[in-house]
Amino acid sequence: MRYAMAVDTKKCVGCSDCVVACQTENNVPIGYCRDWVVEVTDGTYPQLEIEIRSERCNHCANAPCVRCCPTGASHYNEGGTVLVKANKCIGCGACIASCPYDARYPHPDGYVDKCTFCLHRVKKGLQPACVAVCPTKCMYFGDLDDPKSEVSTILKKRKYKTLIPEAGTDPQLYFLI
Amino acid sequence: MASRRDFIKISGISLGGMMLVGNAAYQAVAQTFGKSGLGAAALNRTPTYCEVCFWKCAGWVYKNDANDIWKIIGNNEDLNCNGRFCPRGTGGVGMYYDQDRLKTPLIREGKRGSQFFREATWDEALDKIAEGMKSIAEKHGPECVALFTHGSGGTYFGELLKAFGSPNIAAPSYAQCRGPREVAFFATYGEGVESPEITDIRDTRCLVLIGSHIGENMHNGQVQEMSDAIDKGASIITVDPRYSTAASKSKFWLPIKPATDLALLLAWIHVIIEEGWYDKDYVEKYTFGFDQLRAHVKFMTPEWAYGITTIEPHLIRETAREMANAAPAIIVHPGRHVTWYGDDSQRIRAVAILNAILGSWGRRGGFFRPEKVSLPTYPHPPYPKPTKTWRDAFPGQFPLAGLALASGICDASIPTASRDCSFKGWIVNGTNLIETLPNQKNTLEAIQNLELLVVIDTMPMEITGWADIILPECTYLERYDTIRTGPHREPQIALRMPAVEPRYNTKPASWMAKELSKRLGLEEYFAWETFEGLLDWQLKQVGSSLEEMQRIGVKTYPRSYDDLYFSDNEEVSFNTITGKIELYSNEFANAGFDPIPKYTPHEEPPPGFYRLNYGRGPAHTFSRTSNNPNLTDIMDENVLWINPKVAKEWGIGAGQNIWLKNQDGITSQFPIKARITERIRWDSVFMVHGFGHDDKRLTRCYGKGASDTTLISRVHIDPVMGGTGMRGNFVTFLFEPEKMEQKS
Repeated sequence: MRYAMAVDTKKCVGCSDCVVACQTENNVPIGYCRDWVVEVTDGTYPQLEIEIRSERCNHCANAPCVRCCPTGASHYNEGGTVLVKANKCIGCGACIASCPYDARYPHPDGYVDKCTFCLHRVKKGLQPACVAVCPTKCMYFGDLDDPKSEVSTILKKRKYKTLIPEAGTDPQLYFLI
Repeated sequence: MASRRDFIKISGISLGGMMLVGNAAYQAVAQTFGKSGLGAAALNRTPTYCEVCFWKCAGWVYKNDANDIWKIIGNNEDLNCNGRFCPRGTGGVGMYYDQDRLKTPLIREGKRGSQFFREATWDEALDKIAEGMKSIAEKHGPECVALFTHGSGGTYFGELLKAFGSPNIAAPSYAQCRGPREVAFFATYGEGVESPEITDIRDTRCLVLIGSHIGENMHNGQVQEMSDAIDKGASIITVDPRYSTAASKSKFWLPIKPATDLALLLAWIHVIIEEGWYDKDYVEKYTFGFDQLRAHVKFMTPEWAYGITTIEPHLIRETAREMANAAPAIIVHPGRHVTWYGDDSQRIRAVAILNAILGSWGRRGGFFRPEKVSLPTYPHPPYPKPTKTWRDAFPGQFPLAGLALASGICDASIPTASRDCSFKGWIVNGTNLIETLPNQKNTLEAIQNLELLVVIDTMPMEITGWADIILPECTYLERYDTIRTGPHREPQIALRMPAVEPRYNTKPASWMAKELSKRLGLEEYFAWETFEGLLDWQLKQVGSSLEEMQRIGVKTYPRSYDDLYFSDNEEVSFNTITGKIELYSNEFANAGFDPIPKYTPHEEPPPGFYRLNYGRGPAHTFSRTSNNPNLTDIMDENVLWINPKVAKEWGIGAGQNIWLKNQDGITSQFPIKARITERIRWDSVFMVHGFGHDDKRLTRCYGKGASDTTLISRVHIDPVMGGTGMRGNFVTFLFEPEKMEQKS
């Protein structure tokens, strides 16, 4: 099983609903976030293009954060999701420094926190909170090992890219372009 | 040289970098997921519909282990949201948790606007309001008390006012927003476009947006359907001087010169008629005045429009072709906030006409026929007949205004030589008039002429600072309200019930109005015993019950009449003078207005000034969400969009704080950060509305960004219906604040 997410940059309007829904679902303290929206504008008026991306942890198959964690708090879990065991985390921040995607933050309660792909919801057969709330339905989540899953199907149909592939992390967050 | 690449992390806090010190690490909780509310598996949920904006999406409120509000999730059955709330609805929890909320009734001590209040009991505050209302009724007549309202509370205070004898109930959503659209569509089709709009975006093949920035305005169903349309390969044509989010999703973006949209619309009509691309059968069967229209636009060629709009003729033709190819599955969107230049009813008439000749009204992918559930009102004695209305203050003016004008009532509260002051008392419910009505100086002058100003709100918005009595309402998450019965493809009702007890000493508006009715001797108009009882009685009339609605939240009824679209050769009678779709409007002609829209040029910015355009950001609703902790986390201030060429000329750097000064010498109270971006034309600037709050009780948003309303001192009134055109204001940049006129 290999969980992955695809985000359709052609449909995303950058409303940040994914950010708010993640915050409320996961009780992320105000002032912090596990996901965020990036907007890139290219060109000069009036020849313009914008790419809008809802970003989060890439749940890399070759995750530097897991490799560098001195206590084993950062680890691979079900479907290849990268998680943090809060009770094993000493808050050293090595993972924060190692992540090319800037996906982790120090939780005020003293551990490092990040996107979990909402595994607690996924285990119950629900979509991650960001996917479930998105008004444009621009996000697809599922098992890449299942060729019939929504995410496998859309990645077969559409052109996509990953972020900073040169880092060699084998990211599992795909952007449809 | 400004960067050509504009990189913005819209939301999300700068991550990483911080190291933890001390023994903070040992406080870690013993759960892989952190405190993610996982233990709360046996949650209960209660239904609600959202009050963060007017879309009123229905959802479920979930509670956490502490039995307090955890999250709000859309109701899958609800056609307004399809189970998906927008960021504001999701962040609605912040309205409840906001520590700056109004907490108890307050009575002013000292001069109006001096911001000195003392806490009062509900009895004391309500007695004082009743006393003030009675005094005005005795001296001037009950009609001299007016209600300004936005949101659910309007129903109860509206009923109270009607029982009291005043018909003067105004929502700024009319004259400051969508009024011209309603008037234009009524004149053309004999009906309006409703809310939620009856645009069949889901099934359209071509969506034309004129200054309408769906995606930045999170009118939930519209955003969802636009995304569905993109999936299905529909083409979008966006007309906007700004490269809006919608423009970035469009096949065609027409970067029009601001204030010239009507010329483009007329040129499109010209092309579609002259090329013979209009729907001949539809026009023949359903419309009136085609020949006059054809003659009227004969010389309004793309070449003519090019000189006005700066849109190249070939693009005007290509986009007209695109529309015609898609017809009748084409929507030239009527927009929502359309009070721009003072000829707005005429501009939207052109939109309505364009839709008509393309045959999109009543057709799949165009405009559908909605249906809604009609709930009986609780029996009450007939309302007294008022002897005067707000219209008496404007003899012969705004003949086609279908609803009361908030701006008109405000104006008519200031005595002039020709007119004695018509209004002496204002009840203001859920609308921050200081940031809502243009020309703040005028609003404040009106307020100083009042004998009574009562404000009902959940937050200490600026308007509360001017009140005599402030009544703190509990949020929508803590109260029942009337059943939602908005129109849609299928008729639905939705229930809002309290998820928790009201925090602090706050109460629902329904309770306040009933209590006031007792003090005014009008209790027979509020004869229901409890509000739950009233809802249950109403629901039972339509085959449901309070118990059922508490369980399901949303109930869908089968359509009872008509089809969603016109059937082939259906005889349709329109509610217009001719019974046809009026391309030539007899209603406009009879009232002395152009029966077919004419383009008139609007004033252009003087040298060194830029047209002030404003709009919405997806995380906020007007100024009402500016202090919401969940939403300020996404966006806590507005920024000023400036074209890089303009910024270079002025030496303005990215993120630099600047102040704005308008054509009347009025300056912004607080600085606003420059966003240097290619996404805006060189002749205009843009900011999101609703920021620059100057009430210190709003601790999160005080002084953040600039208020566009402050800078909108020039208003172009629509003679047809009294709408306040607000996009004829021009600003220039200041590098340090200028001493400004004091408000009081």
